[in-house]
Amino acid sequence: MSWYYIQGILIQSCYTLMVVLGLSVLTGYTGLFSFGHAGFVCIGAYISVICTMGFGLPYGVALLIAGLTAMIIGALLGRITLKLKGDYFCIATLGVGEAVRLIFNNVRIDTVINGRKFVLDGAKGISNVPLKTSFGVALAIVVVTVTATAFLLNSKHGRNMLAIREDELAAQMAGIDTFRYKMLAMCMSTLYAGIAGGMLAHYIGYLQPNMFQMVKSTEYTIMVIFGGMGSITGSVLGTVLLCALPELLRAIGDWRLVFYGLAVIIIMIVRPKGLMGGKELRVDLFFQWLAGLFKGKRKGAA
Amino acid sequence: MGVEYYLQQLINGICLGGMYALMSVGYSLVYSIMNFSNFAHGGVIMVGAYVGFYALTSLGLPFGMAFIVCGFGSGLLAVIIERLVYNPLRRRHAPSLYFIISAMGASIFLENFVVATIGPTPRNYPTIFANSVVKIGNLAIGLDSLLMIVVSAVSLLILMFIIQKTKIGLAIRACSYNEKASTLMGINGDLIIFIIFLMGGVLAGFAGMLYGMRYIVKPTIGAVTNKSFVAAVFGGLGSLPGAIVGSLLLGVMEIFVASWKSNLRDLFVYALLIIVLIVRPSGLMGKVTEDKA
Repeated sequence: MSWYYIQGILIQSCYTLMVVLGLSVLTGYTGLFSFGHAGFVCIGAYISVICTMGFGLPYGVALLIAGLTAMIIGALLGRITLKLKGDYFCIATLGVGEAVRLIFNNVRIDTVINGRKFVLDGAKGISNVPLKTSFGVALAIVVVTVTATAFLLNSKHGRNMLAIREDELAAQMAGIDTFRYKMLAMCMSTLYAGIAGGMLAHYIGYLQPNMFQMVKSTEYTIMVIFGGMGSITGSVLGTVLLCALPELLRAIGDWRLVFYGLAVIIIMIVRPKGLMGGKELRVDLFFQWLAGLFKGKRKGAA
Repeated sequence: MGVEYYLQQLINGICLGGMYALMSVGYSLVYSIMNFSNFAHGGVIMVGAYVGFYALTSLGLPFGMAFIVCGFGSGLLAVIIERLVYNPLRRRHAPSLYFIISAMGASIFLENFVVATIGPTPRNYPTIFANSVVKIGNLAIGLDSLLMIVVSAVSLLILMFIIQKTKIGLAIRACSYNEKASTLMGINGDLIIFIIFLMGGVLAGFAGMLYGMRYIVKPTIGAVTNKSFVAAVFGGLGSLPGAIVGSLLLGVMEIFVASWKSNLRDLFVYALLIIVLIVRPSGLMGKVTEDKA
């Protein structure tokens, strides 16, 4: 395996991790489930490409605009649907995700902006997107995002969100504005998804609405579950493992997704909390655990 | 375009709606008792279409027999899924979130299992009615459309009869109001869940076969089953008459939108879903439940 190949997998893991991280906050901290985040990735991807190829904006600005657009649409959706409970929220996101893809399937743009030719042709999508997502850039964005998320979740706001997941009614009684925190989680997750979309578009080099089918949303959700809902390190582990696994298992080809499905069912039965079980992998805790191990041994010896 | 054109489209719409109804009652039945959207149902429908295909081609069964085999096969599959996937969760009283995720997992499993074993290439059913039509005045109704309408109507009527008039139906209705209380009254909850999965599965098999006859069999007919799920939400999740009315309305509307602009038909369905969820999440006939958080 060449470094180029590994780099490809790592970049893919990076932008997937962005989506998974956002979803992990949404699901793990508020108990809301989305089956439409591929739609927000789609919005981010198209907006960012329109920004760079159409208006000639720099890559960073395009990513920011992509993220913010996805976030605004996510916030609008949240405003309408966050009042719905469990299943209905999940169905609404499913509908929006599919609707976004179908809208882009029917949009045709063929114009010249500032002397640049820009073609967006429905199901054929956009080709020749400049390749700007290098490994360094992707890693930097992910590190910043992970750090910001970790800080937020360790703050008062993070604890409030946790309270909502554990018992919404009790959290409300304790004076937590549950709607506001659900909205915050929704905005965060869609912002991340939008940025991820921009990164994806400028890595793969072309865009087609078919890249953002519902299966993709489900795959993101599976990664969240696999890693453990609401655990940042769990998300990182889950994403990198599940992104690398299909590459390692190229030989089994079509059977890959069969095992995916089976794995989800088994995880739900055996270990519904996922790999990390909502806990974080932390350096200090690791040392504590080591110390405990040694103490235990000494006691055993004495 | 005269009246005939619209009548013809209306018949096409009822055809499609009838097929949606066969699929959506499966979603609704499960939701009414277990309170989750059983996304594995789409996979059951797809497998049903394949069972019908092989019953007709490899086994060379006559059409009527193939239909029965098809219903039996998917009914069995639905029950097996319930036993293996949902039963362990039910024993643990897991939150409905876990059920949805497991259902998604099962649907991914079924779809890709078929892709891996049979292959992704679409297959055509052998011709059963060689384009024969029944003429009523100026209207021409294909025999296959007629069959679709008759099969859907008869099976839905039988289902409604079971639910409304028999003792088992009474038990199912009781469970959908309050499962705990009904089990305390001596209703066997496991048996009821077995029966609803069996009934949903059999109808899913019929729907799969009708779909395969009219269109094509392929592993990714999820787009269609998703639309039937939208129909169930439109009519009101958990309400059987709602699912049937919602399906018929959706089928007719979809056909009319398609005859106006064919590439907008899918978008229309999902737009309708979003509008329904915003305006009236309980759907046309769903009971408005007080949220207990």
